[in-house]
Amino acid sequence: MNVKRQDKLATIILYVIAGAIILVLVALLAFILIQGLPHVSWHFLTAPARAFEAGGGIGIQLFNSFYLLVLAMLISVPLSLGAGIYLSEYAKKNWLTGLIRTSIEILSSLPSVVVGLFGFLIFVIQFNFGFSILSGALVLTVFNLPLLTRNVEESLASISHAQREAGLALGLSRWETVLKIIVPEALPGIVTGMILGAGRVFGEAAALIYTAGQSAPALDFTNWNPFYIASPLNPMRPAETLAVHIWKINSEGIMPDAVAVSAGASAVLIVAVLIFNLVARWLGQRLFKKMTSS
Amino acid sequence: MQAYDLTQTALKKFSPEEQEIALSTQNLRVFYGKHEQIKGIDLQFPRYKISAIIGPSGSGKSTYLRSLNRMNDEVSNARVTGKICYRQLDINQRNIDVFEMRKHIGMVFQRPNPFAKSIYDNITFAPKQHGLKDKTKLDQLVETTLKQVGLWKEVKDSLTKSALALSGGQQQRLCIARTIAMKPDILLLDEPASALDPLSTSVVEDTLAQLKTHYTMIIVTHNMQQAARVSDYTAFFYDGRALEYGATSQIFTHPEIKATDDYVSGHFG
Repeated sequence: MNVKRQDKLATIILYVIAGAIILVLVALLAFILIQGLPHVSWHFLTAPARAFEAGGGIGIQLFNSFYLLVLAMLISVPLSLGAGIYLSEYAKKNWLTGLIRTSIEILSSLPSVVVGLFGFLIFVIQFNFGFSILSGALVLTVFNLPLLTRNVEESLASISHAQREAGLALGLSRWETVLKIIVPEALPGIVTGMILGAGRVFGEAAALIYTAGQSAPALDFTNWNPFYIASPLNPMRPAETLAVHIWKINSEGIMPDAVAVSAGASAVLIVAVLIFNLVARWLGQRLFKKMTSS
Repeated sequence: MQAYDLTQTALKKFSPEEQEIALSTQNLRVFYGKHEQIKGIDLQFPRYKISAIIGPSGSGKSTYLRSLNRMNDEVSNARVTGKICYRQLDINQRNIDVFEMRKHIGMVFQRPNPFAKSIYDNITFAPKQHGLKDKTKLDQLVETTLKQVGLWKEVKDSLTKSALALSGGQQQRLCIARTIAMKPDILLLDEPASALDPLSTSVVEDTLAQLKTHYTMIIVTHNMQQAARVSDYTAFFYDGRALEYGATSQIFTHPEIKATDDYVSGHFG
């Protein structure tokens, strides 16, 4: 076989592999959307779930998912930024920072169900937070932090060393250089990573089953005082999220329209994650243009 | 490879009455770990002149230059000993505010490294950080520095565009403009034209010649024609030592040291 034919064959094989992956993806997406979207209505998106009769919605679960996401990101974004900046800009290369990096890698490969059980023991039992949004947000932080930190570190490390020298040579301190030159330049990558992380958190179920709980008590959407027990903002209440809800309906749902609710909820979840991804790309590109004035 | 006598040196000393000295080093040594890269260099750089540093690769030209504004502080295992005298002050001391010192001793690097910001922001960024907020003053600063490096006509209508869209030569001149916007005393230039095409190189060289009236410049270069063209004084480095230092015309026509002679005539090694 000559080189030209080899090249052609390799190209064809690569096309077939890529095509197969896309086909699986499209089939999966289409199946979930076709099955689910017909059940999605305004009523479905806003009404509370019903345990024994048909016609329940996913309103509370949807709200819980978003609230949990916001809380989790509020905790994990500053932490991961700090850790990532430290690792990329300040950490010297020695056994200690090597240990930190290895730990982060191990942490990022932990199965989420293990992280969930760990969170159950620490936050729910030990700290006595109970099945609550707070426990859920903390466990999602544990789950998400390693990936976000690596993302920040890698985004910063991809910025040329010459930029740091340029800042220092102009009499700027290292902190000024990092904060005003390096981070802005790396921001598109950081933001993309954060939003992709948000998408992962949004679809997470296993880690939340043992921490945020599997019940969604009725919420009083007229009282936003976070200390009121039925307030949507109360971080100490149990909160079943959308992904947990899907898992629960499929394992023990006894409402007559369980299949329809599950399909509808899955479609909503997929669409939400899809929107996260699209927003991530769009925002990343926009930020890059703005930052580099190109 | 021919062995040269490294103990024999011919280093010009200026008398204080004859020439004001902007910067000088005494017994400057740079160590990377245990390896001694710069082996005790004594040089004086006269004010408002361009001094060139030439020498083969690995002779320590850049290392020496980068220690003059303490950029070697950023290299984790580097250690610099000896004196760097600037205005009767030894700036190679722990208690020196290096950030303040670098405002006075600016540096331009081998590869153009503009920030990923607009042309305007590239120049105003550092002055703003150091407290200059007045918009008209900033505008003025942008215009004067860009004129000084001969870039104003080319970019005056696109100041808000990204500096990364400029050509290599333009970027390098922008980097020089950005450095002189800090109103430094001394400019250190580390092979500023080595990544540029011949045309851009000659524009940058013209820029340096223009700037000479206000700045003391020390330029490291691989290009001997460039050293001969732009500099008033030239130092020849070899193996971490300064072997010869004197007026450029003398270094290139009647060098006293054999190694210098071989190097400038192309028979080195």
